[in-house]
Amino acid sequence: MSKKRIMTILALILVCAAILIFPLMTIHDSEFGGADGAAEEVIAQIDPTYEPWAENIWAPPGGETESLLFCLQAALGSVVLGFGFGYLVARKKYRGEETA
Amino acid sequence: MKTRFTRSERRLLGIACAVPLTAALCVPAGAMHIMEGFLPQGQALAWGAVCLPFVVWGLLTIKKVIRQHRKTVLLLAMMGAYAFVLSALKMPSVFGSSSHPTGTGLGAVLFGPAPMAVLGLIVLLFQAVLMAHGGLTTLGANTFSMAVAGPFVSFGVYRLCRKLRVNRMAAVGIACGLGDLATYCVTSVQLALAHPGEAGVLASMAEFMGVFALTQIPLAIVEGILSAVVMMMLESFAKPELREIGFLSKEGTQA
Repeated sequence: MSKKRIMTILALILVCAAILIFPLMTIHDSEFGGADGAAEEVIAQIDPTYEPWAENIWAPPGGETESLLFCLQAALGSVVLGFGFGYLVARKKYRGEETA
Repeated sequence: MKTRFTRSERRLLGIACAVPLTAALCVPAGAMHIMEGFLPQGQALAWGAVCLPFVVWGLLTIKKVIRQHRKTVLLLAMMGAYAFVLSALKMPSVFGSSSHPTGTGLGAVLFGPAPMAVLGLIVLLFQAVLMAHGGLTTLGANTFSMAVAGPFVSFGVYRLCRKLRVNRMAAVGIACGLGDLATYCVTSVQLALAHPGEAGVLASMAEFMGVFALTQIPLAIVEGILSAVVMMMLESFAKPELREIGFLSKEGTQA
């Protein structure tokens, strides 16, 4: 990867970080709840008699367990992505690009 | 210096701590798939039925990839993993709520929309069963928005951008960003059909769009940028695979 490309990637990641940090810096009176929670409120408003007819068969007992499971999901994905890129980078380095 | 609290002071402190903790637990957890039980039975079934052909098509396509393009299987697995990672990351948005990107656009740009129906379904199943995020009764509707509609939009937009001779990385970014946004627009439409209220489907669609689509705009931009970054890295290190699936042409980098 050329130096220029690496710099572009770093710059793009910084832009992403800026987009995500901006609301945290500017909005102070919000807990950043999930958008589906907000949708539940909208449903309660426009369809006040609606009763959900099913419940999740299992729900994490609390926020900690839930964040554990979300971390697990991200970790599993990252392992595969990291393995893949590790393999591809090493292949290019040791075997040359076109022989793979 | 050691501070000692009296018993009543400690009790006060305990109560004070309990308030934010319970508040945190009461905040509806999760981000943005349609919640379990929030679609009427008929519609839940209908969305499931609509998704079925796409999932079968996806399975057949994946089987073909495994058989005919063995060396691109790693790439396909990485696309699934990318969707796995992105849909676990709930990000704050400019409107004070949170949501997560879908990550299904990149795979659709590379492999076409079909395999993403299966990969997206796996992600949704994982979240519905383990995290009470989304649900089994709404699995069909959520699969349609995140694993069918989103990838199709990404795929189509990418093709269109390339026809218009947009730079490849920009095309990937735009396609994945719009695919992400499309997912949430479809979710809004699905909810509006299920809950038209008294004002009618269109009015309630506007309400849901306000909740989902607005929150999603910055996240769609982030997903677009991240997808372009991953594509840059793939283009640097996975040229043989990208040629194999026809993403890059055999000779040069012109597709």
